[in-house]
Amino acid sequence: MDFNLGFLLISIFKIAIVLAYLYGLLTVLGHPSKKVKIGGVIAAFAIIQIALVPFGEFQVLADFDKGLLIQACTMTMVALGLNLIYGFNGQFSLGQWGFYGIGAYTAADITYRWTNGDARGLLVGGLAVTLIGLMIWLVAKLVRVFKGMPVLSQFTLYLMGTIVAGAIAVVVGNLVSPVFTPLLGTISAPGPLNNIVALQIVFLLAALIAGAFAAEVSFLFGLPVLTLGSDYFGIATLGFSIVVQTLMVNSDTILPFPEMKGGRGMIGIPKLDATIWFWAFLFLLLIIIVMRNMIYSSTGRAITSVREDEIAAKAMGIDVAYHKLLAFVIGSLFAGIGGAVYAHYIGFLSPGTFDFLVGFNPLIIIVFGGLGSMTGTIAASFGWMFFLEGLLRVLLGQMGTEAPTWRFVLYPITLLLLMLVRPQGLLGNVEWGFLKRPASPARPDRNAAVDVAASAGQ
Amino acid sequence: MQRPPTSQVSTYAAQRPGAKLAWIGQGFLALLAILVLYVLGRNLLINPSLFGQIVLSGLQLGFVYALIALGYTMVYGIVKLINFAHGDVFMVGAFVSYFAVTRFGLHVWPAAVVPNLAPGWVVVIGSLTVVLLSMIVCMSLAVTIERVAYKPLRDAPRIAALITAIGVSFFLEYFGALNFVFSPRFIPYQRPFEVVTWYIKDGIHMLKPGQQTPEGALTISNILIIIIVASLLVQVLLQFLVRRTKLGKAMRATSFDKPTARLMGINVDGVISFTFAVGAAFAGLGGVLYAIAYSSISTLSGILPGLKAFVAAVLGGIGSIPGAFIGALLMGQAEALTMGYISTPMRDAVAFTILIVVLLVRPTGILGEPEKEKA
Repeated sequence: MDFNLGFLLISIFKIAIVLAYLYGLLTVLGHPSKKVKIGGVIAAFAIIQIALVPFGEFQVLADFDKGLLIQACTMTMVALGLNLIYGFNGQFSLGQWGFYGIGAYTAADITYRWTNGDARGLLVGGLAVTLIGLMIWLVAKLVRVFKGMPVLSQFTLYLMGTIVAGAIAVVVGNLVSPVFTPLLGTISAPGPLNNIVALQIVFLLAALIAGAFAAEVSFLFGLPVLTLGSDYFGIATLGFSIVVQTLMVNSDTILPFPEMKGGRGMIGIPKLDATIWFWAFLFLLLIIIVMRNMIYSSTGRAITSVREDEIAAKAMGIDVAYHKLLAFVIGSLFAGIGGAVYAHYIGFLSPGTFDFLVGFNPLIIIVFGGLGSMTGTIAASFGWMFFLEGLLRVLLGQMGTEAPTWRFVLYPITLLLLMLVRPQGLLGNVEWGFLKRPASPARPDRNAAVDVAASAGQ
Repeated sequence: MQRPPTSQVSTYAAQRPGAKLAWIGQGFLALLAILVLYVLGRNLLINPSLFGQIVLSGLQLGFVYALIALGYTMVYGIVKLINFAHGDVFMVGAFVSYFAVTRFGLHVWPAAVVPNLAPGWVVVIGSLTVVLLSMIVCMSLAVTIERVAYKPLRDAPRIAALITAIGVSFFLEYFGALNFVFSPRFIPYQRPFEVVTWYIKDGIHMLKPGQQTPEGALTISNILIIIIVASLLVQVLLQFLVRRTKLGKAMRATSFDKPTARLMGINVDGVISFTFAVGAAFAGLGGVLYAIAYSSISTLSGILPGLKAFVAAVLGGIGSIPGAFIGALLMGQAEALTMGYISTPMRDAVAFTILIVVLLVRPTGILGEPEKEKA
C-alpha cells in the first residue's frame, strides 16, 4: 500500500491551474477594450491547445485530462442552465439531465445519419425545429387573443401545433432528402459533401438544432408544469428525466430510431477529435457571455425577482409565468447544446449516462458553487470533475477494481462535510471578473440627486 | 372609479374571454382517459383471467409501495424533506433479512429452542423474528442518519438538506456495493417460508408442486395474502397512532408549526426522530416483503422502488397517510398493466407520465390539501 502522494499533489496542482486559467479568462473578458477581449480569448484557447500538444516525453495535460476538460465544459453548460432555472429563477428542477440527454441524442442522430449517407436527420431535424418554433409563435399569438385561457388548454393547442409541424417536417424532409443522397455517397465511398469540413458545419447545425429541440420540448413541458409549486415541480421534472431515459432505452422498439440501439447504446457517432476542444470552448464561452448579459439585463432582473418573491414581482407588473418559462427554456437550451458537444466528444451514448441519479450531479455542482453565482458554478464544475477523477486515480492505486465503488463511498462523505461546513455553497453570491455586476453609468450619483433636490427646494 | 363588490372580484378571472376555452384542455384529458379505458376494456374482454392476474400482481406491487410510501409521506409532512435515502433504507431491510435467513438461519430458531414445536409455528415465529430484526435495524439506521446528517442542517436552506439526503443515498448504495459488505451483484433471496399457490377455477384448489396452472385460472399465492394483510395492518396501526395517541397529536402539531409546537412543550427533535424511525420500520417490513415476493436483491435495486413509492406518496397527496395508500395502489396497477399490455421497460415512463398528468389536474395530489399561499 503505497500512497501516491505525488499524484495527489499533481491533481490538486492541475485543478488550481485550471481554475486560475478560468479566472484569467473571465478577467480578460471583463476588460473594457475589445482588442484585449478578443486577444485574451484567442490566447486562452491557444494555451490549452499548447498544453495538449506533447513535447517529446513531456505533456502538460494528458489525453485523459483533455477528456476531463471537455466533459467539464459540457457539465458547465448544463450546470449554468440549471443555475439559471434554480439559482436565479428559483424553480427547483431535476429534469436538466433529461434535456441534456435529448440534446445529445438529437445531435448524435443527425451527424450519425449524415456520415452514413442519409441527410434526412439534418433535413427533418432542421425543418422540424424551425416549423415547431414557427408554430409555437403562431399559437402564442392566438393564445394572447384569449386572455385568461387555462394553461392546460393552451398546452393542448401548442401540442397540436407541434404535432402538425413535426408531421409536415417529416414529410417534407423525406421528399427533399433524395437530392442529397448522391452528394453524400456511402460509408465506403463518401460523396463530396461527406468530408471533415462538411462534418464540422453539420455538427454546428446539429448542436444548434439539438439545443433548439431541447428548448422546444422544455417549452411544451414547462408550460403546464411550471404552474406547480416548488417541490411538486421538482418531482414532475424528475419524472420527466426518467421518462426521457425510458424512451432512450426503448428508442429502437417504441420510437422509430433503430440506429440508437435502445439500451445497448448508440455507437458510431462521428468523433470530432481534432476540433472538439474548439467547439466545447466556443459554446462554453458563448453560453457564459449570453447568460451574463441576460442576467444583468432587465429580463434577468425580472427572472431574479421571481425567485425572491413571486407576489411582489407580480405586483411590480412582472409576468411571472412568462419569466419562469423563459428561464426554463433557456436553461434547457444550454443543456441541449452541452449534450451535443458531449455526444461528439465521447462517440458513444447509452441510456445509463442519462440516469436520473447521475442527473443529481449538476444540482450538486450548483449548490456547491453557490446558487445564483455564475463564477461559482463554473469553478465548481471544473473542480468537481477533476476532483472526482483525481479521487478515482488515487484510489485505483490503493483499491484496484473496487476503486469506482470506493470513490462513491468517499464522495458522499465529502458532500456531507461540505454541506455541514458551508450550506450556502463555496462562493455564495460572489462573482469575479467578467461576471461581476457591471457598474451602471446611467444611474445618477445619489449625492448629486440629493443636491438637485435640495436646490429645487430652495 | 367604483370598485366592484367583493363577490364580483372573485369571479372576475372566470369572466375573461379565454376562460370559456377551458373545454379544450378538459376535452384533451377526457380523450386521453377514454383511450386508456378503451384499451383496458378491450383487454378485459379478450382475456379476463389474464387481466385479473395482472391486476393481482399490480395489487402485490401496490401494497409493497404503500409500505415504503408511508415513510416518505410522514417525513415530508413533518420536515418538508424529500428523503431520498428512504429507498436505500428499504433495501437495507431486505439485506438484513437475507443475512438473517441465509447466513444465520434465524427463521428456524424456534425449532432449535423448543424441539417438539409444530412446524407451522416454527415458520410463523421464525419469519416474524426475521421481520422484526429487519425493522429494528432499519429504525436504528434511519435514526442515526437523521441525527448525523439531517439534524445539523435543520436551520440551513432546504436544498442543503436535500443534497445531504442524496449524499446519504449514494453512501448507502455504494457502501453496500463493496465486496466485504453486500457486493454489487444481484443476490438470489432465500425465502424463510415456502410459497403456496392456489388457483381459482371451479372453486379454490391448491397448486401441487410440478403441476401446471390450468388454462383460464386465477392464481393467488400466500405471499400476496401476507403482503396485503401486513400492509393493511400497518395502515390501520399508523392511523391509530397518528389520530388517537398523544404522540400522534405531537406529530401533527410538529408538522403544522414547529416553533409553536416547541413552545407548547413538545420535544420536536424527539418527534422528528420518532417519525423517521416509524417510517423506516415500515420500509424495513416492505423490504423483507419485496425481497420475498421478487426473490432477487441488490444494493442498487432499492432506488427505483423507493422513487416510485415516493411518487405514489405525491400522487396521493404528500403528507396524507390514506393518500399515500391510494397513490401506491394506483402506481402498482399502472405499472402492472403497462408491463402486461405495453412492454416491461416502458413501466417507469407510464408511471411518471401518470404522475405528471395527475399533478396537472390536482396540483397537490389526490387527497392533498390545497397549498397555502406564500405570505
